[in-house]
Amino acid sequence: MSTKPDKIGAVLVVGAGIAGIQASLDLAESGYYVYLVEKKPAIGGTMPMLDKTFPTNDCSMCILSPKLVDCGRHLNINTMTNAEVVDIQGEPGNFNVTINKKARYVDPEKCTGCGSCAEECPVKVGDEFNQGLNQRKAIYKLYAQAYPNAYAIDATKCLKIKNPKACGKCLKVCQADAINHEMQDETVEIQVGSVILCPGFEKFDVTQLWYYGYGKLPNVLTSLEFERILSASGPFGGHLQRPSDGKEPQKIAWIQCAGSRNCRIEHGYCSSVCCMYAIKEAVIAKEHTHYPLDTAIFYMDMRTYGKDFEKYYDRARLEHGVRFIRSRVFEVTEADDGSGNCRIRYSNEDGSISYEDFDLVVLSLGLEPASGMVELAGKLGLDLNKFNFCEPPNLTGVGTSKPGIFVAGAFSGPRDIPETVMQASAAAADSAADLAAVRGTLTKAKEYPAEKDVTGEIIRTGVFICHCGINIGSVVNVPEVVEYAKTLPGVVFADHKLYACSQDTAAQIKAAIEEHGLNRIVVASCSPRTHEPMFQETLKEAGLNPNLFEMANIRDQCSWVHMHEPEKATAKAKDLVKMAVAKAALLEPIYPVTLDMNHDALVVGGGVSGMTAAINLSKQGYKVNLVEKTDSLGGIANRLRFGMRGEDVPGFVNDLVARVNADENIKVYTGVEITEVHGFVGNFETTLSNGEVVKHGVTIIATGAQEYKPTEYLYGQNDRVMTLLELEGLLAAKDSKITGAKNVVFIQCVGSRDAERPYCSRICCTKSVKQALKIKEITPDANVFVLYRDIRTYGFFEEMYREARNKGVIFIRYTVENKPVVQAGPDSVKVTVTDHVLGVPVEIDADVVGLAAAIVADKETNGKLSQFYKVPLNQEGFFLEAHMKLRPVDFGTDGVFMCGLAHGPKNLEENISQAKAAVGRACTVLAKQSISVEGKCAFVNKKKCAGCGDCESVCPAKAVQVDPIEKVAVVNEALCKGCGACASTCRCGAINVKGCTNQQLVAMINAL
Amino acid sequence: MEFEPKIVAFLCNWCSYAGADLAGIGRIQYPPNIRVVRIPCTGRINPLFIISALRHGADGVLTSG
Repeated sequence: MSTKPDKIGAVLVVGAGIAGIQASLDLAESGYYVYLVEKKPAIGGTMPMLDKTFPTNDCSMCILSPKLVDCGRHLNINTMTNAEVVDIQGEPGNFNVTINKKARYVDPEKCTGCGSCAEECPVKVGDEFNQGLNQRKAIYKLYAQAYPNAYAIDATKCLKIKNPKACGKCLKVCQADAINHEMQDETVEIQVGSVILCPGFEKFDVTQLWYYGYGKLPNVLTSLEFERILSASGPFGGHLQRPSDGKEPQKIAWIQCAGSRNCRIEHGYCSSVCCMYAIKEAVIAKEHTHYPLDTAIFYMDMRTYGKDFEKYYDRARLEHGVRFIRSRVFEVTEADDGSGNCRIRYSNEDGSISYEDFDLVVLSLGLEPASGMVELAGKLGLDLNKFNFCEPPNLTGVGTSKPGIFVAGAFSGPRDIPETVMQASAAAADSAADLAAVRGTLTKAKEYPAEKDVTGEIIRTGVFICHCGINIGSVVNVPEVVEYAKTLPGVVFADHKLYACSQDTAAQIKAAIEEHGLNRIVVASCSPRTHEPMFQETLKEAGLNPNLFEMANIRDQCSWVHMHEPEKATAKAKDLVKMAVAKAALLEPIYPVTLDMNHDALVVGGGVSGMTAAINLSKQGYKVNLVEKTDSLGGIANRLRFGMRGEDVPGFVNDLVARVNADENIKVYTGVEITEVHGFVGNFETTLSNGEVVKHGVTIIATGAQEYKPTEYLYGQNDRVMTLLELEGLLAAKDSKITGAKNVVFIQCVGSRDAERPYCSRICCTKSVKQALKIKEITPDANVFVLYRDIRTYGFFEEMYREARNKGVIFIRYTVENKPVVQAGPDSVKVTVTDHVLGVPVEIDADVVGLAAAIVADKETNGKLSQFYKVPLNQEGFFLEAHMKLRPVDFGTDGVFMCGLAHGPKNLEENISQAKAAVGRACTVLAKQSISVEGKCAFVNKKKCAGCGDCESVCPAKAVQVDPIEKVAVVNEALCKGCGACASTCRCGAINVKGCTNQQLVAMINAL
Repeated sequence: MEFEPKIVAFLCNWCSYAGADLAGIGRIQYPPNIRVVRIPCTGRINPLFIISALRHGADGVLTSG
């Protein structure tokens, strides 16, 4: 007799790039313990290497670093760096994982990240983070903002590790005693219930393409090298220059598809992200120069298919003057004038050959799957596709061939950051769905002693000033600052510490609080952004409210930046301490706000996205109300016949509908709309058109989209002209109109990429190619023409495009200025298009014309929901996410999420992934017993409030409203983010922010 | 003695204050005349603070976010 082992409420996440970080945060916030395993000495993956991100031009590091901190500090995420998964055994719900933790030679618990060791280290090696463009030491931190904020030793380069009697300079300077050259690798075994693989991608080795000259010509760079050159934290501090001779480039070229769309090197797929990053690099490069910079992008098809990408492309071309040259590049050689410039020899579309010289050439590298994963996949028996990507099985979004193991990010196929983040949240949802029974069994919550009541007590401030080894102490005269602090009002105790952040200092602070009866604490050390939570933890352990704490940043913003002016730095440190002490005296305890929480969900829209979300939520144990405004479930997928990868879509949709209807946790409302919404996260009340009122804690909007009804190309006037969805119906029915057709023409971008709808509908190219192949399958003799502007068969769909060409489908490119003309004839329609190679008009007598009609938002429905739930739409009527890059399914309004076509055009697989992602995010809210917010909220002094409503109008979180009866502003603490815009606007001084009051800030200013 | 201006800077915790920290990590040297007040958002800057700083002897005020 065998007993089935119990499930384990923990999840293993392999790879700590943005996918791993997002999945870990979602799971840890949803009640699961997470082991996050990363090969490198710091988390972050590729994102920290990028300068800016498209399409918003946000600084990559700036948007990532809050997530790094959240992830690194999370009580329920065990981050293992320098570690690799060696083996995974077991079954879904109960896996045994073997991890090899490589020796770091530096104890991250002790290391303070001060960097003294690296200053002393005599060994210089190429800095791989900066793509080898500069050097780092053998003891190093991967990048400036790295978590853990700790150094590591490169064992292959360190002199002492090679020879124990050698060097050891780092040991002498490390005052934290963190370095140990004898540290050994260790093997760790853990148990988890499911696994998420997100090891990311590797860059293509472009030396294989000898004709581009990389490695031979010094001014040919890779796109990642160029990112580092642009980056302010890069080798040249963000100054745009050639690495070879420091010259400021006047002309830069990008060559697309370096290692993509190339069968000869078995890279037949499109890397999906290169078009956008090349445009971004060109635009940002122009911003970097004080002179007009000439930029040119050599490309085959411009694939700006993502949300808002087409507008970015248009702006680059029309506003920034980036040149786009449709071409095939033959080779890059050195210009013969001794300038070191590069000469590009290329073929134009008409076959003519041109040359152009550039100061710099950037190769837009393709993405390759993480090489280290092939071995592990082999061990696990995990299916990889022919390129070694872990492509998910059909219509799973994030599945793998092994139950209980999920995939997210570029390891599943080349993709950009928002899609990676979506998949990460989706994988979190899927990996948690089977573990719902053991949710919360392994997560930890910390217990603290009861809090002392300090109300009415005389202020007794304790000040602790940190030397940070020599980081502060060697510049600022710390003992002098301590003596000064003792003279400040309210200060009853002041002391200095070698490392204020060390474990023993925490114990000393607690003892001092006890001994001297301290009720306000000031620490003068490093940045509150990194260390405030840690010190607040100490206060809580000592029974003090954590908000009776203030920090003075005398390292990052004083000793480090005034290294050569010790006296002035000391004076500044004194001022900073004085300001902190002044504020501390006015600090009051702040208590978290707790509100009741409804654990049901409302899903708006009963298409594939809405149904997928509902089923997944139900699996997690939550009750779902699914509201569909039409009379049946299925949405636009009811009109699909063929999946992009040959899936049986009708079968899939029918199955989904049956599962939804049979699910006891899901209450389905059809033929019903939403008429009214009240409340906020955890406490929504939605009224339906049937009069019912649904109470729910979260809302997922999945309202879908529609196919554009064309007004062009004789649509609606001639029954030979039809949209792709109409054509799909006939094709599936093997209608004689299609099977008997000799000439079939597809016209792309009908209603997309024009002035009215300046976006790409993303899926039409692939859909047209798919249908073209179907037609060729049914009637091999038929002539099929695809009239296109750019073929956007991204990712692995590129293979289908190649197959179509091999099978004789004819692709003719037209320009937006010279669109095809469709004229009615007696037995056919005449399509006239100017051939892009020959440059002459071609006439086709078409039996059928398929129009790739745009995907358009349901502006009316979305507009209403936008007002009901206080969430924004973009210009095209699709919902606008909280952040284009890192919050692709969230809104600024808490507790409301979105997925599917309501967010923008996407294929079925991507919609499924996004639907699961919305669940993953919603579960972070639903898993909480109650809504708890930190409490650093705005608060209103009713006596002063005039009810003018200025606060209401400036609040970005929609957290303040004027009570219509009392005529005073009321703050919803569940929604307030504590930004303080209201407090700055209020002319009566009636509204203020806890922990950052007008009085506290003025006290700081006046202390000077 | 040379004139040493005292400048009060209001920096948003999420961007400029983080930027000032990063300047430290990069050991970028700048004159020690600035006294930073960390705020949760530039929206928190009440005109009162700027006036107050100038009234209490600041020679300049920098807001950044």
